Amino acid sequence: MAKAPGIRLENLSVGYGGIPVASGLDLTMPGGKVTVVVGGSGCGKSTLIKHILRLHEPIEGAIYIGGHNVHSLSGKAARCMKQQMGVLFQDGALLGSLTIFDNLALPLREHTRLKENNIREIIDHKLKLVGLSGSEEKYPTELSGGMRKRAGLARALVMDPQVLFCDEPTSGLDPILSAELDHLLLDMMAHFDMTMVVVSHDLASMRAIADHVVVLGDGRSLFQGTVEELDASEDEYLRRFLDRLPEERDTPRLTMPPIGVDMFKDDCSKLLDLQHDD
Amino acid sequence: MPQAERGSLAPFAALGSAFTGFIGELGALTIFFLDSLRLVFAGWGQFPKVVRQIYFIGVQSISVIALIGGFAGMVMGMQLYFALAIFGADGFLGAGVGLSMVRELAPVLTAIMLTGRAGSAMTAEIGVMRISEQIDALNIMDINPVRYLVAPKMAASIISFPILTAFFNLIAISGGWLTGVKLLGANEGVYWSRVQDSLNWSDIEGGFIKSLVFACLVCTICCFEGYFTHTRKGHVGPEGVSQSTTTAVVKSCVIILASDYVLTSLLW
Repeated sequence: MAKAPGIRLENLSVGYGGIPVASGLDLTMPGGKVTVVVGGSGCGKSTLIKHILRLHEPIEGAIYIGGHNVHSLSGKAARCMKQQMGVLFQDGALLGSLTIFDNLALPLREHTRLKENNIREIIDHKLKLVGLSGSEEKYPTELSGGMRKRAGLARALVMDPQVLFCDEPTSGLDPILSAELDHLLLDMMAHFDMTMVVVSHDLASMRAIADHVVVLGDGRSLFQGTVEELDASEDEYLRRFLDRLPEERDTPRLTMPPIGVDMFKDDCSKLLDLQHDD
Repeated sequence: MPQAERGSLAPFAALGSAFTGFIGELGALTIFFLDSLRLVFAGWGQFPKVVRQIYFIGVQSISVIALIGGFAGMVMGMQLYFALAIFGADGFLGAGVGLSMVRELAPVLTAIMLTGRAGSAMTAEIGVMRISEQIDALNIMDINPVRYLVAPKMAASIISFPILTAFFNLIAISGGWLTGVKLLGANEGVYWSRVQDSLNWSDIEGGFIKSLVFACLVCTICCFEGYFTHTRKGHVGPEGVSQSTTTAVVKSCVIILASDYVLTSLLW
């Protein structure tokens, strides 16, 4: 079996319309491991993933997957590279007009010559892996948020990719569902030989699944290493990030405004007297 | 450059920027149209999607086209009868209704109605898919979104628009007969023979060509606006989709009428 490829970024600048969101990124995401990319909101985590996935061209630098410069590939090689990548989007990004079965079958029907009964077998297996057996004929809108993510994960895995990208997999999920999804991702890692890149700002999830951590912030890479090395870091931003301490600002504390809105709501207090309960 | 000079050049700079923007969008639209047209023929896998779209654009529009066609024909029959009767020329009612419908009103009104009913839905559908990352998902699965989403709509529009235009003609000419002949008393035989005599093959061909051009224009503009909804400045997410839908309908209607003028000049 082929070894899962690693990802290497060389002096990469990513952004939109020539305006960089993050630049000077020299990072390694080891093959066969889970790399979690964390950082504050708007620091360029999802943007980075979209560039690795060739959805956008980098402003500068190169991205190598398994030794191949992703953005210099063209024609059939580029298509083969795409087929080696699976993506779990933030909200699943399942096609709303198709059932779960058809969503999963879509890449198989497009890129393979498998017969329908073989396709059904593969899909049954993948849905069983993510715990969604019996949901084949449902539409994405009929599923809960957690189920949609699991269906999205099944679709991402349906072509047996060598690299799996997950964009904020635990966002919008309660702690129990988040933990379940973390376990599911680890199960997938144990099941398939692949490299996983997870974008998240869920620190609990990062500790649960990461072999390797990348921290982005301030438009650059602030850290890469293991969770233990991250915990041992003395860097001021990283400490604040890990300890969830807010940034100190010069703005004064909020005070009561000179004119309250209550005086304009005179009729409401007469109609509805809200009681104070201890 | 001094401040005053910059200020005096500002209107020209804005004009230049608007012009280059317009040329850029026109180029992007042309490429988008040619790409979707090319991908119509991307294998038999497209066939079921085209059939589904024909059902949506064509079959589900029949009732509204019948309604609009019926009333347009009835109004035309009534107005023309009154106008022609002044000169004692009410025998030409059939020719007036037939020619105005086949050459002008049927292709234009059908295209405008389909823009409102199907074109806006195309923009909204593709726009929602864009903002919910479904188009990104297709890209990553190495499925060309233009082939998967736009090409079947293009094929279905090219098939549906002329058929619905022909249907519009049928209903509208019958509507003209209903008011002109049955309500106002024009001669029935004269009405139908004038319809038959006045219409040449070139009239029907011209109306057919117009409906084909309108199909391509409406489908391209509506799909383009949805596909690039995320690039709208100042309007993102659902608000961007609603803005794109409005823009698509307005642009389509304006372009239908403008291109109708050009086509009429060229065809007759």
